Amino acid sequence: MVERRPTLGILAHVVLILGVLIVAFPLYVTFVASTQTANEILQAPMSLVPGSHLVENYVAALKGTGMGAASNAPVGRMMFISLVTALVIALGKIAISLLSAFAIVYFRFPFRMAVFWAIFVTLMLPVEVRIGPTYQVVSDFGMLNTYAGLTVPLIASATATFLFRQFFLTVPDELAEAARIDGAGPMRFFLDVLVPLSATSCAALFVIQFIYGWNQYLWPLLVTTDESMYPVVIGIKRMISGGDAATDWNIVMATAILAMLPPAVVVLLMQRWFVKGLVDTEK
Amino acid sequence: MASEKRVVFRSAWLPWVLVAPQAAVIGAFFFWPAAQALLQSFQQSDAFGTSTEWVGLENFQRLFADDTYVASFKTTAVFSVLVAGLGLSLSLLLAVFADRVVRGALVYRTLLIWPYAVAPAVAGVLWLFMFAPSIGIVSYALRAFGIDWNHLLNSEHAMTLIVLAAVWKQISYNFLFFLAGLQSIPRSLIEAAAIDGARPWRRFWTIQFPLLSPTTFFLFVINVVYAFFDTFAIVDAATQGGPGKDTAILVYKVYYDGFKALDLGGSAAQSVVLMGIVIALTVIQFRFVEKKVSY
Repeated sequence: MVERRPTLGILAHVVLILGVLIVAFPLYVTFVASTQTANEILQAPMSLVPGSHLVENYVAALKGTGMGAASNAPVGRMMFISLVTALVIALGKIAISLLSAFAIVYFRFPFRMAVFWAIFVTLMLPVEVRIGPTYQVVSDFGMLNTYAGLTVPLIASATATFLFRQFFLTVPDELAEAARIDGAGPMRFFLDVLVPLSATSCAALFVIQFIYGWNQYLWPLLVTTDESMYPVVIGIKRMISGGDAATDWNIVMATAILAMLPPAVVVLLMQRWFVKGLVDTEK
Repeated sequence: MASEKRVVFRSAWLPWVLVAPQAAVIGAFFFWPAAQALLQSFQQSDAFGTSTEWVGLENFQRLFADDTYVASFKTTAVFSVLVAGLGLSLSLLLAVFADRVVRGALVYRTLLIWPYAVAPAVAGVLWLFMFAPSIGIVSYALRAFGIDWNHLLNSEHAMTLIVLAAVWKQISYNFLFFLAGLQSIPRSLIEAAAIDGARPWRRFWTIQFPLLSPTTFFLFVINVVYAFFDTFAIVDAATQGGPGKDTAILVYKVYYDGFKALDLGGSAAQSVVLMGIVIALTVIQFRFVEKKVSY
């Protein structure tokens, strides 16, 4: 602080607290709604004091025994699908990006730069601009309603490849030299030296990509038509498609809390890597 | 930084094995479909997909003669400007104050970043619930002020709803970058200005804000990309492009025309237009990144 100005200091806290309140308000409303009965919520305005049905609502949501008019699939199953999907996407992206970055940095092979640019260009092809034909490919491979269909098309990652490439370029040449003198082959060097050195970058990327995978919407919307393969983010949307009155908002809100819990926990527990990962991957 | 290694390994086949997984995925799920989209945009097929014929630029001509497509462009423009403008100014305000605060800075950061973890679709559902015309808590409060909120009928209300949800979701991201940017400005600069008698307001506009402009520009591009592509889930969950087509942003229209209306040629032509927009935005971003390196 450059100077002491009590009024400005107080103003700063006031603005920040207001900001936090506005950011947190939707979460609070969601939580309160998830503890009430469906009828309590329909009485406008709904009470802002938590109700007494917390456990029942969450159990009903997880088991799919709510009275839902639109969709009644068990959220427990959806959470499992989301978890598998997010883990496969995050770990898969890290694995194939590590491998291709290693090849591009540590080998001289024909078309090396072409491969490099081919990966880069995929940045310009987000799934949103090629949904029709990509859907066609996935359906031709028979990958609709499968874990492979949910994950493999999202596993390529230009940003992760670049991040690892940049990082490998900063690794001293002496390490590779020493490994070679010791008679270690390239894979030995990769597994015993490069991968351990990249651990923090991997952790940072993992946080970002786990959230990316968990929060996917458009892609699972296309490739899952079977209720038993819905990730939770899709499931929650299906639950509200019956209109205001037919929606069991208490169950939907319990599902919303469940759907945001895992990524929120990952962000809060791994905040340090998360911030590092964001700044590294995007800049 | 060196861009080449002096020490390399030698193998004729190993590098190909290493890039094979990445190459297979981008070949099958990026390049092949993108080429297909390009091809389809010049073709017309009947509703059952049994026959296709080459129609040249007809899909594009039809597209730009179509009032709903032009309207969708306008909707997207209004939406992105509002999302980027509001999102950037609110998070800059919060970051400036968070930068001043010494005590509790980490607590504020922790409390402000969690919307990043919320899925856009879930954010859409949360805001939809608060603004539901008959039962929503905010729409109830608005009625007390004489505003009869109904985003199912009123397109301005619908637009407000998706902008609010989109901004809420993006604030944490912008905030982190602004805060990092502010904290990288040397303290000595600000101290020197303070000794010269510059008050906080003046210091912000003459020192901090100009030094923050690269970050602001970077975030502006990222926010426009976000408003264009990542908000599909918010729109689908909160308004489904309605009322009418008044919140159908471009990405939503590609999805709707391709998967609901089954107009493959038209949808593919829209994809190609979108691809052009992404390429433009990526080039702008890359230029900026390069400048940032020498900066």
